[in-house]
Amino acid sequence: MIAIGLEGSANKLGVGVISHSPHGKPAQILSNIRHTFVSPPGEGFLPKDTAKHHRSWVIKLVKQAMAQAGVSIADVDCICYTKGPGMGAPLQSVAVAARMLSLLWQKELVGVNHCVGHIEMGREITGAQNPVVLYVSGGNTQVIAYAEQRYRIFGEALDIAVGNCLDRFARTLEISNDPAPGYNIEQLAKKGKVLLDLPYAVKGMDCSFSGILASIDILAAELKANPEQRDPITGEVITTADLCFSLQETVFAMLVEITERAMAHVGSNQVLIVGGVGCNERLQEMMGLMAKDRGGSVFATDERFCIDNGIMIAHAGLLAYETGFRTPLEESTCTQRFRTDEVFVKWRD
Amino acid sequence: METETIPAIETAPIERPPLPPVFQYPSAVPPSLITQGAEALLYRSTYLLPTLPCALKYRPPKPYRHPTLDLRLTKHRILSEARVLAKCRREGVPVPAVYALDETAGWLMIEWIEGEVVRIRLNEWLQQRKDEGIAEGVDDDRLVRLMERVGRAVGRMHAVGVVHGDLTTSNMMLRPGRHAGPDGDSAVGDVLAGDIVLIDFGLASQSTQDEDRAVDLYVLERAFGSTHPRAESLFKVVLGAYGKSFKGADVVLKRLEDVRMRGRKRSMLG
Repeated sequence: MIAIGLEGSANKLGVGVISHSPHGKPAQILSNIRHTFVSPPGEGFLPKDTAKHHRSWVIKLVKQAMAQAGVSIADVDCICYTKGPGMGAPLQSVAVAARMLSLLWQKELVGVNHCVGHIEMGREITGAQNPVVLYVSGGNTQVIAYAEQRYRIFGEALDIAVGNCLDRFARTLEISNDPAPGYNIEQLAKKGKVLLDLPYAVKGMDCSFSGILASIDILAAELKANPEQRDPITGEVITTADLCFSLQETVFAMLVEITERAMAHVGSNQVLIVGGVGCNERLQEMMGLMAKDRGGSVFATDERFCIDNGIMIAHAGLLAYETGFRTPLEESTCTQRFRTDEVFVKWRD
Repeated sequence: METETIPAIETAPIERPPLPPVFQYPSAVPPSLITQGAEALLYRSTYLLPTLPCALKYRPPKPYRHPTLDLRLTKHRILSEARVLAKCRREGVPVPAVYALDETAGWLMIEWIEGEVVRIRLNEWLQQRKDEGIAEGVDDDRLVRLMERVGRAVGRMHAVGVVHGDLTTSNMMLRPGRHAGPDGDSAVGDVLAGDIVLIDFGLASQSTQDEDRAVDLYVLERAFGSTHPRAESLFKVVLGAYGKSFKGADVVLKRLEDVRMRGRKRSMLG
């Protein structure tokens, strides 16, 4: 069976075509194309601009994805689109495109939960069986484990998402948003050495990032006012790289800690990292060290699957489609709020 | 396009630092590892007398964490855990007694609590019921009473100005009842019998704020829902008993509703 997936819940527009063969063989990715709306340094992406970007690119991307996949419209079984969660306007533009394709091609629609898309694609591509999932992106921070037909959320950020914390700090520093603000922070952090004191906010399996962002913003303002500042212990000059380094070390330590707690709680020793922040190699390394310490293993994907993409929507949608799930045209809405644990996962035991 | 599987991440071998000297003192019974928690390794050993069992909680350095941050967190957590335990003990909240500690070496020695954690007992009980073919949702008095004891124990802890920070059913022990009283249930073969003893105060802090207390309950509620899908409805009983346990508990329960709403709101963006 073949599905096309349309994703546009944030600033990436992705279209992917996937093929599932019977008898449990791995899924085949026929195409996976993405176009990103990049905002200028110091600015975030606004919903209306992002929606406009998606509207102007979606047809081009669908055509390209179909051509690259080498399949005809007749081969496609269903059209999958992101139902939520995400930013309203971008979600709507993609949902409109999906509805249009559905009417034009006479194919059925499948609305997909974005978070479940990430999890299923991560499981498919890494072969992780029943991992504890850390889902970290610009909009979400969740520690998830599967139990009884649901992806249950064990821990999450109580205020802003970790990716949002990183993105907004990139804005404070006015560094480039191309290819992604988090990526540029990661590169800067590689040059950092001095660890500055930041709040460490873990509550059980939940955590919070807004206080850390406020603290690091203050430190950045102090550094701007007085670039000659030195670390009181080592006497080294503090740089923006040290700020990025301290921020990453602190927030990632928190993420690894809550993941470890969830692993201890459910008795699992596999971790799967998904979502845009999951591309960060330092986070992957820290998680790897933790898992190894516990005698387990870590799975992560690369930018093709970590960062929002259409193929994950196609994959998760097709899994649901195969169990008989359909989204009738009248119900093909989208929603900003759509919790991971709201989805009934019929395709797993 | 053929899809390759992305294998698990390879990491460099971990060099483990030697255990602190407390593990080699000749007077102690050699510590045996009981469990690896999220944060700490729990050993069973003895304190002063070979007949007095103790729990030795060791927080090894975390290889993934920056050494400075690691030391700061370990010190802070061991000291605050000991302070909180001492306070609870003084005020009559059922917790293990503190025997000894060394915050820079990263260990804390406390009283050994007999029994089993509530999570395991609860699962055993759910399984038993399933095997006996009793339909779900049939209220069982013993289970309800256990939930009430949980609610009261948490209430008592909050009443003395302590919040746990990681309330789960894995952090509550069911100690075999020493006496059969209103709080102890010692019927033979009853897996749900025993006194509740709160353990693992590694993330605890001292606070009397309704917000902190409500977050504590919220964490417990979520842990309940995520590990005992069938026991979800029973959390109401926990809250009921909690509400009657101290003055001001009803304000906390009101606050819990706000915390829940806020938690739900966290599904905004993708």
